[in-house]
Amino acid sequence: MSAAAAHVGPGEQQVPQGQDERKRGLTGYLLLLPGALWLLVFFVVPLVTLISTSLYDPSGSVFAGYEMTFHWRNYVDAVQGYGPQLWRSFLYAGTATVAAVLLGFPLAYAIAFKAGRWKNLMLILVIAPFFTSFLIRTLSWQMLLGDNGWLVDIFRTLQILGPDGHLLATPFAVVTGLTYNFLPFMVLPLYASLEKLDPRLLEAGADLYATPLTTFRKVTLPLAMPGLVAGTLLTFIPAAGDYINSELLGTPNTRMIGNEIQDLFAAGSYPVAAALSVTLMAAIVALVTVYVRRSGSEELV
Amino acid sequence: MSRLGTRRWLGDRLVMLFAVLVLLYMLVPVGVVILMSFNQPASRQGYTFDAFTLDNWTNICGPYQLCDSVTISIQIGLLATVVATALGALMAFAMVRHRFRGRGTANVAIFLPMASPEIVLGSSLLALFVSAGFAGQLGFWTIFVAHVMFCLSFVVVTVKARLAGLDPRLEQAAMDLYANEWQTFWRVTFPLVFPGILAAALLSFSLSFDDFIITNLVSGQTVTFPMFVWGAAQRGIPPQINVVGTIMFLLALALVVIGELNSRRRLRG
Repeated sequence: MSAAAAHVGPGEQQVPQGQDERKRGLTGYLLLLPGALWLLVFFVVPLVTLISTSLYDPSGSVFAGYEMTFHWRNYVDAVQGYGPQLWRSFLYAGTATVAAVLLGFPLAYAIAFKAGRWKNLMLILVIAPFFTSFLIRTLSWQMLLGDNGWLVDIFRTLQILGPDGHLLATPFAVVTGLTYNFLPFMVLPLYASLEKLDPRLLEAGADLYATPLTTFRKVTLPLAMPGLVAGTLLTFIPAAGDYINSELLGTPNTRMIGNEIQDLFAAGSYPVAAALSVTLMAAIVALVTVYVRRSGSEELV
Repeated sequence: MSRLGTRRWLGDRLVMLFAVLVLLYMLVPVGVVILMSFNQPASRQGYTFDAFTLDNWTNICGPYQLCDSVTISIQIGLLATVVATALGALMAFAMVRHRFRGRGTANVAIFLPMASPEIVLGSSLLALFVSAGFAGQLGFWTIFVAHVMFCLSFVVVTVKARLAGLDPRLEQAAMDLYANEWQTFWRVTFPLVFPGILAAALLSFSLSFDDFIITNLVSGQTVTFPMFVWGAAQRGIPPQINVVGTIMFLLALALVVIGELNSRRRLRG
């Protein structure tokens, strides 16, 4: 709507504002333009550059320059050389995601239905870890899981760990750290879904002689599905690319794909690093597509 | 109370207990950060609480480069926040209030950066900077560019949510009362959307301040606070890092509590 049209008096307003309030015209494009350009130049173009870098001849170097030789072998080298790390990344990220669902679902459920007047406080506590640095919090786990920490003492007393068993520098530590770091990303979307759920539906389930378990399975879970899908993606994707937890809480035997990509870039092996990075992205896109399709169809069943 | 009622009561308590335990898991590391800010480490090796001291708080800038790195992080954070919030808010207005071709593409382009692992975003940017001949100039500005890029999507999503929840009749009422488009925007729309913009700005700043994986790839020789922490983690962690962590925590907590009290007061008044 132009400024001239706005001067039309209320009685003369030609277009009654209906369901679709959206305006046509150039302004929309102009508003979108700066941000879109930024994303184009610093997100889309870099992705294309990454793909082309992954096909450079690996014998070049950053300062001498690279030659574009469509060197598809970079991908073979990447997958053959770093297959275990790739597999481990998905294994750890998958385990952390499952753990985050098991811990996060009851928490989100409790906040949505059982917390009463403590609801806001509990929500603030869920985001409170974000108030301080991700790296420093991960370092705290070094102390908590360390051999001098009380967790190791308890586990040893309970005979869960042998007298010289460790928690730190194990896959368990890495998965614990990953779960911890991404748990809020699971809880918040789950809570958003559960909060919209009308509690009368649960009562209706009980009235119709469903056991609590059946009500949960047939009512709560399907309605929480959008939050569950969003939460698992927000946990799994960053966890699969993370290398901080593996580096700070693990050992060389727990290295994930992120560690390798970072080190290859730092060492200047750009083509192989880029190939590995593209492989990771492609694998994630494939997994996410299958997952979203399947969870979408399950929702309909 | 019937047997079923008892069971239900017990079930509710169990769910709450479990929820509190999970919250504890989420908060214990924050407690460790605060505790360790008062630690006087006996040696550089190992990460244990040895003795209580206030020295770290009176001598925050003691470790070489610590305060410089915090300053750089704050500068980049503020700049990236201003640019990302401005560009992102404009995009959100376009997405909610305007019709245009390619809206689906725009939606995907905004969503994708949030759905990509940071290592992929960082390595793409590095590949771009290197092939554009900026390999020697990695530093403050390349970090800034990267941070604006990944903050942008979060700003769009946050402001969009606020805009979509806004009652269009308020703006229509302003127009009916002879406000022109400009007046309507600044007197009605903007004040109503402002909390969303503020939330987006705070989110941007904290994302930028805390980012490590992308920054590490595009930073060259520039050391931001997370990069300082990373370097320190390899050499032995100075307890002052935890002082900075505690200050961050308290500042953010204060902001959230003030915001919460404000919105409650508004609801009552």
